[in-house]
Amino acid sequence: MNHSLPLAVELAWFFAALLLLFGLRNLSIPSRARNGLYLAAAGMVIAVLAGLAHPELGANLVMMIVALLIGGSLAWWHARRPATSSVAASIAIYSGLGGGAAAAIATVTLLQIGERPEVLPLVAVLGGFAGSVSLAGSLVAALRLHGRLERRSGTVQRQVAYLASGVSVLLLGVLLSASTTAHPILLLLFLCLSLTFGVLMTLPVAVVDLPVAISIFNALSGLAVALDGFVLGNTVMTVAGTVVFAAGLLLTRLMARSANRRLGEIMYSGFGVAFEDRTMDRPPDDVSLIDADDAAVALAYARRIVVVPGFGMATSQAQHKLRELTQLLEERGVETAFAIHPVAGRMPGHMDVLLAEAGVPYDRIYDLADINEEFDKVDRVLVVGASDIVNPAARTDPDSPLYELPILDVDKSDGVIALHRGTGTGYSGAENPLFSAPGTRVLQGDARQSVQDLITALKELD
Amino acid sequence: MDGVGFLYLFVLAGVAGYVMIARVPSVLHLSLLSGANFIHGVVLCGAMLALSRADQDIERLVGFLAVALAAANVVGGYLVTDRLLKLFERRVSTQRARRDQLGAGEPVRRDDA
Repeated sequence: MNHSLPLAVELAWFFAALLLLFGLRNLSIPSRARNGLYLAAAGMVIAVLAGLAHPELGANLVMMIVALLIGGSLAWWHARRPATSSVAASIAIYSGLGGGAAAAIATVTLLQIGERPEVLPLVAVLGGFAGSVSLAGSLVAALRLHGRLERRSGTVQRQVAYLASGVSVLLLGVLLSASTTAHPILLLLFLCLSLTFGVLMTLPVAVVDLPVAISIFNALSGLAVALDGFVLGNTVMTVAGTVVFAAGLLLTRLMARSANRRLGEIMYSGFGVAFEDRTMDRPPDDVSLIDADDAAVALAYARRIVVVPGFGMATSQAQHKLRELTQLLEERGVETAFAIHPVAGRMPGHMDVLLAEAGVPYDRIYDLADINEEFDKVDRVLVVGASDIVNPAARTDPDSPLYELPILDVDKSDGVIALHRGTGTGYSGAENPLFSAPGTRVLQGDARQSVQDLITALKELD
Repeated sequence: MDGVGFLYLFVLAGVAGYVMIARVPSVLHLSLLSGANFIHGVVLCGAMLALSRADQDIERLVGFLAVALAAANVVGGYLVTDRLLKLFERRVSTQRARRDQLGAGEPVRRDDA
């Protein structure tokens, strides 16, 4: 197929594929990551320009330009907004859109299947499926990260629906793959069911695990692009898509590993269990609670405080309020710092990104290694939605699931104020003796609301 | 490209992709994910071709959608990756300045604003 493709286009695509390949490699090396992005961008430009020289290009040109402008400018506007939301959600959105584009390409090809005997329908069907699942799954993940959509437990009905959509997608896919004429209605049904499958797959995933799920969908988008590349005879799409697919699978495993989770647990742990809402649990008797007014006084009259953010800060998007709080404290002469644990938020770099976006100055942010010796000189530690990374049992209790995880030694400070939603357990399910330690006071509630209360109380002090 | 050629390409490029990023440190996971997302934006190439081949209204509509979505993938993917890398770079230079300060005894100023 595409015998008429000029050699120059093929060569340009070959060169573009190399650039994309090495761009991705360099993106994985700290000192070359920036260079990797530029290489990939150069490859992208060359690939698209060469694509413009394709002999079949020319029809619907006005539509194409309008589509480019609409898609490009919407993304420009969306991606450059001062980010108040999670970066992971932005990645999910664009990755999902890429999958959607791939699914749309597969759809056009399948609609024209009668005119193009050289196309293997099976490949287009697979591409349409992978793209649709990625689109639906990514968008659901993004909505959930934004807090617009709640986690849904895998009730029996949902499991049956999930299975049923999977089976019917399979049957319809076989039907479409075997047919040599277009079936618009069947195709529509196939796409809708694939989308449903993606939605039902993502609803039961725990919020903390969503980044890993997003990585899976990103890999799926890559696969869809690779399959479409074969269908269209576009080698650069095949190479780039395959590389993203394979790298995405590995990256998914690495991310799951650094969060100490297995992949099966993440994607299927939500099935067959009804989630209990842990927020409303009564705290154990030995936990001493504190209210916002008292906590504000304790912070205001400290000389030096350290804030330890955890996943709770990310879920309730408390980072902006937190910056406001630390600014107020600094104005009162309190020395403030943020301590970031390498796996805080269960996604490496997560806390850095959130704090930086909230405008916390970089010289206030410290790594575990840089600050851990200093905690005995700290008056108050403010733990915001973190548990496992400050769990002293990791140092002392060989039976704890966290044993030997390096933790922030906040218990060595003069006092801890912990903003916490639920009870004394963290994500790992390990009991946290920190919360019942004599020097610890727990301020219960959603992190953002608690920080807001602290700000209000602080302002009323004068 | 025939089916067998595709299979070769698929497997070899797959192995390359897997091996190439095997040593990525965890601080780069998120920006690598974002970069990979940008790279599959090359689907734009195919979306433009699909729209060109469309000769019925329904095909044009779907092709239009493909180009718009792919364009958003490219632009958004690039901008988010760029932003993540900027954060990463600033973080690295602050850390370096801090370590220099500790090591050298006298303050070393670095412009990382």
